[in-house]
Amino acid sequence: MEERGVAGMLGRTANCIFWMCRYLERAENTARLLDAGFRMSLTRASEMASEEWRSVIVTLGLVEHYDARHDSYSGAQVCNYVLRDRDNPHSVLSMFEIARTNARVARSSLTMEVWESVNEGWMALRDMLSRPVKESNLGSILAAIRREATLFRGATYGTMLRNEIYQFARAGTFIERADNTARILDVKYHLLLPSLSYVGSSLDSSQWDQVLRSLAGERAFSWLNSGQMDSRGIAEFLILDPRFPRSLLFSYGQLGQHLSELAQEYGAESPAHGLMTNTRQWLAERNIQKIFDTGLHEFLIDFIDRNQSVANAIAEDYRFSA
Amino acid sequence: MSRHSPTFDEMFTADGGIRPAYAGYCEWLQAQDQHWMTHKGAEAEAFFRRTGITFNVYGEQDAEERLIPFDMVPRIITGTEWRRLSRGIEQRVRALNAFIHDLYHRQEIVRSGRVPERLFRDNVAWLPQMVGFTPPGGVYTHIVGIDLVRTGPDEFMVLEDNARTPSGVSYMLENRETMMSMFPELFTSMRVRPVSDYPRRLAKSLAACAPDCAASRPVVAVLTPGVYNSAYFEHAFLADQMGAELVEGSDLRVEDGRVCMRTTRGYQPVDVIYRRVDDEFLDPLSFNPTSLLGVPGIMDVYRAGRITIANAPGAGVADDKAIYSFMPEIVEFYTGEKPLLPNVPTWRCAEKDSLAYVLDNLEELVVKEVHGSGGYGMLIGPTSSRREIAAFRQKLLARPENYIAQPTLALSTVPIFTRKGLAPRHVDLRPFVLVSPQGIDITPGGLTRVAMKKGSLVVNSSQGGGTKDSWVLDD
Repeated sequence: MEERGVAGMLGRTANCIFWMCRYLERAENTARLLDAGFRMSLTRASEMASEEWRSVIVTLGLVEHYDARHDSYSGAQVCNYVLRDRDNPHSVLSMFEIARTNARVARSSLTMEVWESVNEGWMALRDMLSRPVKESNLGSILAAIRREATLFRGATYGTMLRNEIYQFARAGTFIERADNTARILDVKYHLLLPSLSYVGSSLDSSQWDQVLRSLAGERAFSWLNSGQMDSRGIAEFLILDPRFPRSLLFSYGQLGQHLSELAQEYGAESPAHGLMTNTRQWLAERNIQKIFDTGLHEFLIDFIDRNQSVANAIAEDYRFSA
Repeated sequence: MSRHSPTFDEMFTADGGIRPAYAGYCEWLQAQDQHWMTHKGAEAEAFFRRTGITFNVYGEQDAEERLIPFDMVPRIITGTEWRRLSRGIEQRVRALNAFIHDLYHRQEIVRSGRVPERLFRDNVAWLPQMVGFTPPGGVYTHIVGIDLVRTGPDEFMVLEDNARTPSGVSYMLENRETMMSMFPELFTSMRVRPVSDYPRRLAKSLAACAPDCAASRPVVAVLTPGVYNSAYFEHAFLADQMGAELVEGSDLRVEDGRVCMRTTRGYQPVDVIYRRVDDEFLDPLSFNPTSLLGVPGIMDVYRAGRITIANAPGAGVADDKAIYSFMPEIVEFYTGEKPLLPNVPTWRCAEKDSLAYVLDNLEELVVKEVHGSGGYGMLIGPTSSRREIAAFRQKLLARPENYIAQPTLALSTVPIFTRKGLAPRHVDLRPFVLVSPQGIDITPGGLTRVAMKKGSLVVNSSQGGGTKDSWVLDD
């Protein structure tokens, strides 16, 4: 049978798929971050805990939006705002909704399983989040969000044809994941401690522990380091370990692979490919000493900018919009 | 014919016997457990929600996406009945195409005095841009839906012709899928003619209408107004099943005299556009200048014969209700044969004597807007209050040429499944017809719409109507 010719996919469809994956990845990471905030709050007296809850909002970059609507940072308020507030365009529910709308638009480019995982995930969360979240059911809601994200990932991995559609999907996922990991790390660095003298304290190390947990890296890290925790080691692990699936270097390894496969399919490397290679190279040449010498915060801001440029270049090269 | 005659039920005879078409089904049904069937009904709804078969209703914010109710009892037509129906449908569709061609060329039918000129001259669907132009392949109505109603064993009538963008075919396909997954044993014991190849036939039929400049394998795209359109699910579904691109106006632009879509590899020409946007939104340069749904300049490309638009712009001139009332003459004029499928008797309120009759009998009649659709803006005399009738009378007197009237038909019924067992409900049938230079292709069956409310005659989904799987037996 004659194969479909090299007619590219619609730029708009590529855009929808890219963003569907970004939003689902972000929704999952948001739930993970909230989970970490929740665990941290449990280890602190409640009047102190508002600082941990605030850190969640700061990490998400939503302080201004949040402060315009609330005047305090209680656990219940933050959880409801982050999970189900429809006024918050970056609440988990809003993001699942956007992801689902994107999936509907791009539906003819998705397998039945992928579409159903997004649609059913959205339905499940919509029902689950139709009432205010309480501390008693927070755990099960967060688990459900992770599960829906996992089902989506599995359906994508297990059923999608490995063509450009898949490459755009995965590129979106890893752009977003790298961004989220960097942001989570950044907040830990400059926000959580009452003052500089707390660096290295038990509060400090328990916070680092929660950062690890929020990125699902606590087991791997303990195993690799025989249970030893230190901030430098954790930062190194989350930035530079090519084996850890949420590290920056891992994300860029994957992003590189998917952009290479796109280049192969299209017969040419795009400018985005060049930008990505630069950033990957730049990452690979870092070591944790260098990073701490220039400042972790400066390094992360630099990375987030570079990552954003790669995303913009992908959108431009592949004509995501007119 | 009138509401006083007994309603024809397609499953049961007046004395409770089972008609031959339903013999096999009823035998199976009697062997089923009622609770199990109820459970199956809930299963069907969950299936539709999961797969996302919903439609959006304009003006209802809460119910942004609603399901069209699905009833599990199939509507069954025998092979003999279907063969007769399809001959009538084919004849009618052939005449429709010839009629539209004639209207935009020599207008023989007007010269012969059979159809008054004002009918299309005053018609908003008439496009001067189409005069003297013949679309690729000579086809105007690539996809037609002929709405049929039944009032007796052999009495099928055409209620409406849909020559623009008939919708509902995705429900025909999904209803069958659902029935086959819920009751597979039914399909092994009964021989039901398949409908699942409709998207392939549609793709083939559209490709056969491609312009001369088309690639050896024509590029087909479905043009949708977007994700918030009430029929978006169907647009996406058909594109998916045909292996065609689903495009919006913003994806298209005219380049080097071709209509091209913006792909990740640059702009690439499209050969055939199956558009699901109305004529007036097609090209802001030719029609509605504020339209964001269309493609500036597409009409110039079209008139240069370098793209196929299905259905052809201006084809809607043939399907308003004033034209409908002339269909018997139209069929005879172009085919030289008597119409095999009759019209529902229709009074044209533009005509003085008819208007007088309609005004005298409003409480007995159904009065419809000439350009209306979807069950909006109509009066159903027998179920309306005095006040509603009085209000409608004023509208009718103000613009009589805007209305036609028909008797309130005793539409046939087919039982639906309720918690209390089977209960008769009124139905209609929309078969889907594909037209290409290679011929006219009618999918066996179509979409059965059913009024879910007891006694209701309105089957439109926008008014709470549901659907049934429609079977044509292979006998």
